[in-house]
Amino acid sequence: MKLVQQFTKGILRENPILIIMLGLCAALACSTNATDALGMGIAFSFVMTCSNVVIALIRKWVPGQIRIPVFITIISTFVTIVDYTMKAYAPLLSRSLGVFVPLIVVNCIVMGRAEAFASKNSVPASLLDGMGMSVGFTLIITLIGAIREVLGNGTVFGQILLPASYQPFLFFILPPGAFLVIGFLMAAQKRLFQKGGAK
Amino acid sequence: MISNDMGMFLIFLSAMIVNNILLIRFIALCSFFGISNSMQSSIGMGMAVIFVMVMATTVSWLVYHYLLVPLDLLYLRTASFILTIATFVQLEEMFIRKTFPVLYRALGIYLPLIVVNCAVLAAAFLVIDYNLSLAKSLVYTLGVGAGYFVAIVMFAGIRERINLAPIPKSFQGYPITFITASLMSLAFLGFKGLFGL
Repeated sequence: MKLVQQFTKGILRENPILIIMLGLCAALACSTNATDALGMGIAFSFVMTCSNVVIALIRKWVPGQIRIPVFITIISTFVTIVDYTMKAYAPLLSRSLGVFVPLIVVNCIVMGRAEAFASKNSVPASLLDGMGMSVGFTLIITLIGAIREVLGNGTVFGQILLPASYQPFLFFILPPGAFLVIGFLMAAQKRLFQKGGAK
Repeated sequence: MISNDMGMFLIFLSAMIVNNILLIRFIALCSFFGISNSMQSSIGMGMAVIFVMVMATTVSWLVYHYLLVPLDLLYLRTASFILTIATFVQLEEMFIRKTFPVLYRALGIYLPLIVVNCAVLAAAFLVIDYNLSLAKSLVYTLGVGAGYFVAIVMFAGIRERINLAPIPKSFQGYPITFITASLMSLAFLGFKGLFGL
């Protein structure tokens, strides 16, 4: 597979949220508004890309039996870095994301890519794979966040978008709204990109 | 918000229903959607989660308060919790297989799967964030586990019915499952304000 494809596959064809259905907890919980969603996307991208590269670097020296604990240790190191950086420079964001920042450790996408891709492929390929997955994740989570913020609050990234006469539909800010938006996005994706519905 | 000066019963109720971990807090959704397509496995997973969660929270609570705090190693929290839980699940699996073979057969493959279940790690983090005492942490964790069990078993029941319903082509499979979850979450949201929680 060409290197470019390693990058682009994460964005649409193997999109982590819509197609592989991993990392849902963060995607739903941190998408009440576009700003939080983008923050989560960036935190996730850092952990995903860095741990993919490091795991690809050391893959030849890690014995097969203990690879999972080694991967977890590497991932949790990067998660701790993100957690503390965010607490220092973006305390508000850190408070609204709450427990979901440390929970990136058990985000199945990171572990899944480490196991399925980075532990078997070269460093450049793993870097591109990690970046592709990150972009795919960030795009979708920001989209969900923007949709929920527009419908539930009439704003995007805190900027007023809809006229004042719009009655905010609180439902979308609340937990059920997240399930509904992602359900409709999946249906739309199925309709648009899987012509013939073969699956 | 849960705090240490709330009664045991309120903590349990809040963890189980008002702040249901799956439908309101959005934790552990991967297993929720992955496993709920069969009633049998939902019950197995639910039981295994309750069991492991209570044990793992106890261990990680002790690690945090008697190891990390005195040694001033708080930045190791994330790494030490996940490693403690992973090790602990392994030990637990060996122990159950030797001493309670019946229980082992019932929980089966779900025990190792739980290492990557975010609900267990989340419960361990949350009791630290809420600053709960050990006894209240246990009650809280039991509540979270019971909430997980109730939600996943009910959801599996609904999904078995959905399989028979006529659904537009684009919505078949996961999309309709998410919309069902949305409606169920809406129902759980109705408990908000119960007993002033």
